This record gives sequence, C-alpha cells and structure tokens, in this order.
Amino acid sequence: MDTSFAPEDLAFRDEVRAFFAEAYDAELQGRLASKDPKVFKQAVIDWQKRLHEKGWVAPNWPVEYGGTGWDATKQFIFESERAAAGVRDVVPFGLKMVGPVIYHFGNQQQKERFLPAILASDEWWCQGYSEPGSGSDLASLKTKAVRDGDDYVVTGAKIWTTYAQHADWIFCLVRTSSEGKKQEGISFLLIDMKSPGIKVNPIVSIDNHHSLNEVEFNDVRVPVANLIGEQDKGWTYAKALLAHERTTIAGVADSKRHLAMIRDYAASEVNGGKALLADPLFQTRMSDIEIELMALEFTELRVLASVAVGGAPGAESSMLKIKGTEVQQALQALEMEVAAYFQGVLPNELTPEQLGHGFGSKARQSFMYGRAATIYGGSNEVQKNIIAKAVLGL
Amino acid sequence: MNFDFTEEQVMLRDSVARFVQDDYDFDTRRRIAGSDEAMSRDNWRIFAELGWLSIPFAEEHGGFGGNAVDTMVVMEQLGKGLVLEPYFATVVLFGGLLQRGGSAAQLEHYLPQIIGGECLGAFAYLERQSRYELADVKTTATRMDGGYRLDGEKVVVFNGASADQLIVSARTSGAQSDEGGISLFLVPADAPGVERLDYRLMDGQRVANIVFSGVELAADALVGELDKGYELMQALVLEANVALAAEAVGIMELLNAKTVEYTKTRKQFGVAIGSFQALQHRMVDTFMAYEQTKSLLYRAVCAMTDDNEDAVTAIHALKVMVDRAGKLVFGEAIQMHGGMGLTDELDIGHYAKRLMMINTTFGNGDYHQEKFNALRYQQ
Repeated sequence: MDTSFAPEDLAFRDEVRAFFAEAYDAELQGRLASKDPKVFKQAVIDWQKRLHEKGWVAPNWPVEYGGTGWDATKQFIFESERAAAGVRDVVPFGLKMVGPVIYHFGNQQQKERFLPAILASDEWWCQGYSEPGSGSDLASLKTKAVRDGDDYVVTGAKIWTTYAQHADWIFCLVRTSSEGKKQEGISFLLIDMKSPGIKVNPIVSIDNHHSLNEVEFNDVRVPVANLIGEQDKGWTYAKALLAHERTTIAGVADSKRHLAMIRDYAASEVNGGKALLADPLFQTRMSDIEIELMALEFTELRVLASVAVGGAPGAESSMLKIKGTEVQQALQALEMEVAAYFQGVLPNELTPEQLGHGFGSKARQSFMYGRAATIYGGSNEVQKNIIAKAVLGL
Repeated sequence: MNFDFTEEQVMLRDSVARFVQDDYDFDTRRRIAGSDEAMSRDNWRIFAELGWLSIPFAEEHGGFGGNAVDTMVVMEQLGKGLVLEPYFATVVLFGGLLQRGGSAAQLEHYLPQIIGGECLGAFAYLERQSRYELADVKTTATRMDGGYRLDGEKVVVFNGASADQLIVSARTSGAQSDEGGISLFLVPADAPGVERLDYRLMDGQRVANIVFSGVELAADALVGELDKGYELMQALVLEANVALAAEAVGIMELLNAKTVEYTKTRKQFGVAIGSFQALQHRMVDTFMAYEQTKSLLYRAVCAMTDDNEDAVTAIHALKVMVDRAGKLVFGEAIQMHGGMGLTDELDIGHYAKRLMMINTTFGNGDYHQEKFNALRYQQ
C-alpha cells in the first residue's frame, strides 16, 4: 500500500502544471466567460484544440486511437492539476462519452469517420438519452427507429439535451423493437443534427441560462451505416458508457478547488468584526464537507486502481456519483451562505464593481444548476437501487 | 388553550387566499416579475381596498389594530402566491418601524398614506460589509444647522427602487460596530443627493443600492430617539423574522403538496413514482419538517402576543428551523420533480429561490443558531 508519487510522476506533474499556466491564457479565459454563445463555443473549441495539439485531449483513450495511454496515476495527476488551475474540463459528450463507445463497439469505418473529428473538436456532440416520459426509467424510452431500405426513420423526442444548440451530431438511444424485455429492443444511433426533421427547442433552467434543450425528431432519415454495433443491442453499449460517465461524475478535483475558493472567500467575509472562517459553527459546516471529500478522494483512487488492473467500473461508480454530487451540492450551498444577501443577485444585472462583491451571482448560478447533478447521469435514487442490488445483493 | 383563528382572522386568511388563487396564478406572477417595476400598482390598490395594508397599525390612525397572528395569516398566504408586491418592505418593515418609533406627527402623516396605498416604503439597513450585523453601520448622519447631513451607501434595499420614502440607519455617534450611536431617519426617495441603482434578485423582487451624498435632512426626519436606533431595529427585526417565517411556512406547505401530487401522476418503471417507499419516507420527512416549522411559528407568535420572555429564544429557534426545513423541502421538491424541477418554466424552482432569500434575510440559520446558543448555554 503506497500512494506516494514516483520521481517521474512528479516530473509529469510539473510539466502539466507548466502547460496549463501557459496555454490556458487570459485571452482565452476572457472568451470562455463571454455571454455570447458563439464566442463561448469557439473558445471551447480553441481550448480543446490546444489540448489536442499537445496530445492530451483524451487522457482516457488508448494510444492506438489517439489517446495518451496514461496509467491511473498520470490520469489522476492530470485531472488534479487541471482542476487546481481552474481549467475547464472538456465538453464530455464527444471525448468522454460517444468516443469510447465508438472505439469499443463501432466498426472500422465509423472509427475512421468519427474519432479524428472528436479528437480535433471539429464536430460537437450531444447526448440523446432522456425523453419526456423516460427519466430514471431510461429503458422505457419510446423514440422509434423504423428500418426503411438503407435508412432508419426516427420519430420521437429527447429532452435535457445539453448544448444541442451547438451540436453537429447527437448520439441517441432509439427503440427498434418492442418485443421481449424493454432493454432488448434499443439501438445506438449516431444522427447528424443537420438532418431534415430535427427541431431543437430551448429550455431555460432555474439558473436563468440556456444550456438544456428538447430535441424533436420528425421522420428523420438516418443511414443504417450510423448504427453502432448490432441492432437491438444498444442498451449494452449505453450501460458501458453510463458506468464510465459515473466515474468522472464524482468531480473530486473540482470540489477540492471549490472548497479552497470558499475557504478564501469566507476568510475575507467579516461578520460582527470576526472573519466568517473563524466562526466555529461555520468551521463545522465546512469541515463536515471537507472530511467527506477527503474520504471520497481515496474512494475514487481505490476505484481507479481497481480499474487499472482490469476491474470494470461497476456498482462502485454509483457510489462515486452519489457521494461526489452530494459533496458538490453541499459546497454550492455553503458558498451561498457565505454570499449572504448577495446570493440573490442575478447575472447581467450589475457589474461586479457596481455590486462591490464578486461572488454573489456566480454562487447562485452554480447552486441552482447544481441541483441537476443528483438527477442527471442516472438519478441518485437509481444509483442507490444499483448498489442495493449489485453490491448488497438485496 | 386553542390554536383557532378568530372569525376576523379566518376572513382575512380567506381573502388573501382567494386573491392568490383567482388573481395571482403563476403566469400572472411571471408577467408581473417581468414588468418594469416587478410589481403591480393595480394590485397594491386592491390590497389597500381589501384592508390588508392596515393590518398592524393602530385604529386611531385608521389601522386594523392587528397583532402578530394577523400579520402571520397574511404572510403565509402571500407566500403561497409568491406575491411580489412589497407588503413585507412597506407594511412590515417601513410601517413597523414608524409604528414603533415614529413621532405623533410622523404617524399621523405616513400611516394613513401607507394604509391607503399611496406611500410605498423601504428600510435601508444593509451595507456592503455588514452581513447580518445591524450595528455595523458606516453611513453617517452629521449634525448641521437645524438638522442632519446624510452620507453613505445602503445595498440590497428591498423595494428600494419603487419606494417613495426610506427609513435609513445611520451613525450619529460611536464606532462602526457600536450598538449605541445609530439613529434612524426618514428620507424621501427623491431628495437631492439620493442616487438609486436598481436590479432584480433571483426571487423576482426588485431591489436597489442607494447612495446618499450630502442629503440634507430636517431635525424632524429622525425616527425614534437619537443614538437609540439599534433597539428599534432589533425589535423590528424579531417581528420581521416571524413574518418571513410565516411566508416560508406557506411556501413549504405548497411545495410539499405539489411534490406529493406530482409523484402520484409521474410514472416510471410502470408505476407512479409516489408508490416507491424510498420516496414516500422522504415525503413524510418533508411533511413533518413543515409541521414542526409551523409549530415553532405558532410558538413564537404566541410568545410575542403574550409578551412572553421566551419570545426572543423562540424566534431564533424558528429562523434556524425555517432554514433547515426550508432547504430540505425545496431540495426534495426539485429532486423529486427530476429534470422538470430544473426548469424556469415550472414554479418549483421559483419557490425554492424565495425560500433561499427568506433564509438569508435578517440572518441565516447559522447566525440565529449562534444567537440561540448564546441565550441558552452561555456560562
């Protein structure tokens, strides 16, 4: 048992740190903070292209497909340094979600067609899983794909589709059969967002932003060549992806940075002549969260280590998802308490100078949108069902 | 011993409830929130006609002569409608301060105007640095010939943008955080040297940061005694926290009801999700949290109307519970509504945002817990 870093790991850490310091520059950060969706989108693409040029855009991909081939330690270091430097994570839909599905289950033609564009961020992906009637019970999905010659004809609707307004492609779970168990008639399709019959309806969320959408499919023709793997076997591929999504959902590194920020913030807030951070009750609120996070960091490491020696991330990833999102939400709630009255200030209403307070609207936005974390990626209730069944054997 | 409302209180409750139900549905509320003033002056006139603006004021000034129970009854129902019109700012805060500390001339002049709906008021107490400490006041009122000169800035002033009259806390002597040496002043919002920057908060209300630059005030602008404003504010804030708690209780009741209803109709895995025991027990918890908060609210209100010495302890306890129970209730409401709970279109998130602003107004749960601890356990 040893969690210390070898000298080459330390050298790697320094290299990563230096890269972020240089490449994630102020000009880029300015554009990433832009309220203009077009400027924001281009900034994200530019950043991911810089990572790609460095060869680091896909830490979790195998070398043969353009990944880094890093071991668990290096991936951990990279992720920790990224979060500590306040560098935004890549948009997950292409690089973390559909990419791995394509290189695991796609055919040669699909790998050649899609993987390079994902790595180069030339094509933006979104995820078509949830439907208005299918949330936690994902397998009950009804969006239909009917075979017609060399095409499928897709009809139905997907919902909560993040960044559909930016996307070139959507990967979808569709129903190709209603025979047998509901999981057995589902297929995994890649659909061009420019296809006739697709309509994107924006959804404004409780943080007053537009990132979510409903995507309608009205007789959308999709070439059969865009089917991943076998027809009716899509659930298997999706499950592999969901488990993958859940290991990254813990967000330990980002939570550590958030905790450090809140700590500084609370040190600068004064109540009754005393720094908020010096207040014993506040300290207890904060340490309750930090202790949980310290444990979670090692829980995540234990899961990563077991994956590294061939264990698939299974039900353990459900625990990472539950605990990780609980910590995220607890931190967001704590930051709101630090912001006090300023938590209510909406973005775009005042400049930070007018407000005289930098944190209010940022805290509010992350708190409000943060409510989604215990709902998406399989709600935490569903994750508990998985643990009860798969781990406890209930 | 009984917990019944009087006949008059039942009528009052039903009158507010009926208005919310018939004239303040969520679409109407959304439209009002999006309007320039984020409130409806037509509604305000209706409130005046229905007598709601007269509730806490003495009969000799044309008021209803109500007590904490009457205010509670109104606030609970206003909470259910997420009513944006500035009842809390004008009647509870501004009117409440005048009622407690106003001179005979001030009462005679302003109370009939408030009751008639002609005067909107605001209480400007918060400063950038002050958080929850009412005594942390940098704004100064300097003695000058025949009056005072007001300089400083107040922030997040509820109804500060629409108010005709402000009551402003200012330092007349002592150091920045001294309880002594604070005085309250009536300031017309259009007085020379008053500059307002207005903006909206997440709960839909419009507030203002207000800068006072050499605002000249006559000697009779003083509300209450010179240098004794802190005591006045403290007494008012106790009342105000009870009124906010009543609003929160109304919101919690509604969120719980909406959530139970939703889980009865939303089907997943072939059944209504409300049939899952894991969710049922959580809804039982939110139900009990609401009932317990309501009990503490009644306890605080009874202690206030009896002028019981436990009132202060009960009010601190109440604000702690409003914080904890409120977060549980809105957190579960959003979670059980799933993705729908995340949308701006649904009302659930809007109730959550109002509960959050209630929590932070005049001290969050932790702040009141420390006050409670000091009262109960200090050696």
